[in-house]
Amino acid sequence: MDTCTKLSKTDPPVDPQINQQVGQQSDRKIDQQLEKLVDRVIDKHKGEASALLQVLLDIQSENSWLPKQALGRVSERLEVPLNRIQHIVTFYKAFSLVPKGRHKVHICVGTACHVRGATRILDTVEEAIGIKPGETDLELKFSLETVNCLGCCALGPVMEVDGKVHGKMSPVKASEVLKIYE
Amino acid sequence: MPRLNTPEELEGFRQELVSKRDPNKPCISICAGAGCIASGAAEVIEAFKAEIESQGLAAKVDTKGTGCPGFCEQGPVVVIYPEEICYLGVTAKDVPEIVSETIKENKIVERLFFKDPVTGVRAVHEYDISFYKAQERTVLCNNIKIDSKSIDDYLALGGYTALAKALSQMTDVEVLEEVKRSNLRGRGGAGFPAGRKWEGSRNADEPIKYVIVNADEGDPGAFMDRALLEGNPHSILEGLILGGYAIASHEGYFYVRQEYPLAVENINLAIKQAESYGLLGENILGSGFDFKVMVHQGAGAFVCGESTALMTSLEGRAGEPRPKYTRSNIKGLWNRPSVLNNVETWANVPHIINRGADWFNTVGTDSSKGTKIFSLVGKITNTGLVEVPMGMTLRDIIYKIGGGIPDGKKFKAVQTGGPSGGCIPEDQLDLQVGFDELTQAGSMMGSGGMIVLDEDTCMVDVARYFIHFLTDESCGKCVPCREGLRQMDRILTNITQGRGKEGDIELLEELSETAVEASLCALGKSAPNPFLSTLRYFREEYEAHIREKRCPALACKALISFYIDPDKCLACGICRKKCPAGAIDGDKKIIHIIDQELCTNCGTCFEVCPAKFGAVTKISGVPVPAPLAQEKRMIIKKAPKESPKKNQGKAGKNE
Repeated sequence: MDTCTKLSKTDPPVDPQINQQVGQQSDRKIDQQLEKLVDRVIDKHKGEASALLQVLLDIQSENSWLPKQALGRVSERLEVPLNRIQHIVTFYKAFSLVPKGRHKVHICVGTACHVRGATRILDTVEEAIGIKPGETDLELKFSLETVNCLGCCALGPVMEVDGKVHGKMSPVKASEVLKIYE
Repeated sequence: MPRLNTPEELEGFRQELVSKRDPNKPCISICAGAGCIASGAAEVIEAFKAEIESQGLAAKVDTKGTGCPGFCEQGPVVVIYPEEICYLGVTAKDVPEIVSETIKENKIVERLFFKDPVTGVRAVHEYDISFYKAQERTVLCNNIKIDSKSIDDYLALGGYTALAKALSQMTDVEVLEEVKRSNLRGRGGAGFPAGRKWEGSRNADEPIKYVIVNADEGDPGAFMDRALLEGNPHSILEGLILGGYAIASHEGYFYVRQEYPLAVENINLAIKQAESYGLLGENILGSGFDFKVMVHQGAGAFVCGESTALMTSLEGRAGEPRPKYTRSNIKGLWNRPSVLNNVETWANVPHIINRGADWFNTVGTDSSKGTKIFSLVGKITNTGLVEVPMGMTLRDIIYKIGGGIPDGKKFKAVQTGGPSGGCIPEDQLDLQVGFDELTQAGSMMGSGGMIVLDEDTCMVDVARYFIHFLTDESCGKCVPCREGLRQMDRILTNITQGRGKEGDIELLEELSETAVEASLCALGKSAPNPFLSTLRYFREEYEAHIREKRCPALACKALISFYIDPDKCLACGICRKKCPAGAIDGDKKIIHIIDQELCTNCGTCFEVCPAKFGAVTKISGVPVPAPLAQEKRMIIKKAPKESPKKNQGKAGKNE
């Protein structure tokens, strides 16, 4: 099965195997920390159910992904059914239900980058790190995503790693950039 | 920070700000927009601050990171006031020289000036540069002058005068009438008259109303809203407050794309600053008008740029559009009247109130007034943001401002209007830009993306790219869009991969018709546009792909082969070393050949083959010539400056 070598963004969060694979999230301590984080974020938004999206975004920005326990807690506190939360986290692209790698690689596939050869950069990177967009490798080193425009069209094709933009990429340059990251 | 209780206090505070500022004091403005940051502007800003500090000039010179002036191609952009000297492509290494020459000695650093690619003439000032000359900058002009995190900078340049004027001298109805009379049309895509939208909300019965900024700029290749949000957030905020006043709303929202963290930061800061000055909150400038603003972030869904989907998302649900039996300005957010306008639309409002609707009507065409910001990207010499009066021709935008197509390539088409826009071919370049003009040509204004395509771009692939994008972004609510686009994507992918068959074009047309007719929201209704417009102008490319399995632009990976011309190959070995698939065979003095079985068509050899040889070529639609026999592959070195030796003429070194 594919999931043996990588984690896909749309994998169900309920899969206990994944939770175990990645650092024993079921530990009580981590659970409590997560709960605290969720409570803090919800309090910041005054416990309003309409802030659901903002709450989830805030949790993710601190935790880098949305573990199942966090979603359960949100559902409990905001009194929103878990299935509605599931609908939201799978509808919007920004949410991840699996852990992210240490380095987040974003390949811009916006129109300007596309006409300047972004597909070739994506192919090269996929090959170099062995995962497809939306996936994380099992060593949690890289997560790969495509994005639709980073607004640096003058530098296209563009690749962003951990927030740093690498412009005017070619397949050769892209694989060299990836070598910097450990 | 002072709280300003009356328009007079605001004016007094502004005078004080201006009088404290010495117009002759040198100020170094460095663009801190996304494009320039990506080219290293953050290091340049740091370097300037450190250099000014170490030279002991901190009291004499101001340094600031500003909004984006638009010339991303040659970033980082540095402008030095008061002389307005403009340096381009500045790196941290250039900083000591600029400080010692320009700031201390008042001399110029010529190599950092803009050099006109045609005439070779260097331009000292921003306004001398051909890229800026033909533009008319109303909304963007302050970006480079303002530290985007400083409300004082905005106030010093006359910020919030429109708000003060409206609150003290105009009734809410007068503000509405002024906007209506200006014929301002929404800059987000559809071009609906803003005044009429506002009027509908104002006249609705419901007492609670909302005004919303659509800052969910999702079109790939478009970043004008981002430049405004990051560079001049107060101008949008001022427009929004004016809108709230005009329709008697007391609550506003910014819905900002999650991918723009800096925009979110700057808008939040702007709101805080405006609140502490009394320009936002209760009893604004003592007028009795209350208004508060909240910022919401999107979460990466293109469809949320659609009005009803955006409002659903604001309510904290999955952003699916809903049927518009009643327009959202009557029943929108929480079923209440809601005016949703795009960032650029709001940013135009303060100018209209300040200078009047008559002034606004002097710019533009009959049906489209004012200026419009376009993001000019793709295969173009000067990538960047351009603000031009409506009615300028595409040709002027692409050639006069954009500097034409780089690398001596031929222009093929310009794609406007974002993913659901269309492609306009060369023979229509004299078309004037305007909402109705572009729609007639089979494209649309959209939010202002303008992607230039050259002869190397395959139009079928462009259509496939956009349809694929929209398939991904379809929310899945209604069938014609969800299923129809998926089938279109499949057929187009097949065509670009050489599996196209007779009847595909007709099938695509039928699917398009259904999607246009039967989709619920604008995303589905306009989704087939990229296919329809490329078919209208470039049908022969579709036919070549289907019938001859040939890509005329030599772009579709599955339809091309790479081939080393034995007459040109000098066995330098670069392609062999760089080939990631190990598909190139050769050695010193042995003409290289590509093993077509192993080749992955990545194009690396094509890229690395030195331009003076140009031995690697692309072939499409015809079989690759058989490789040379082993014994003929030897290159026999010729004596320099000699005529080619025999060797079957294969070592044409002088070619």
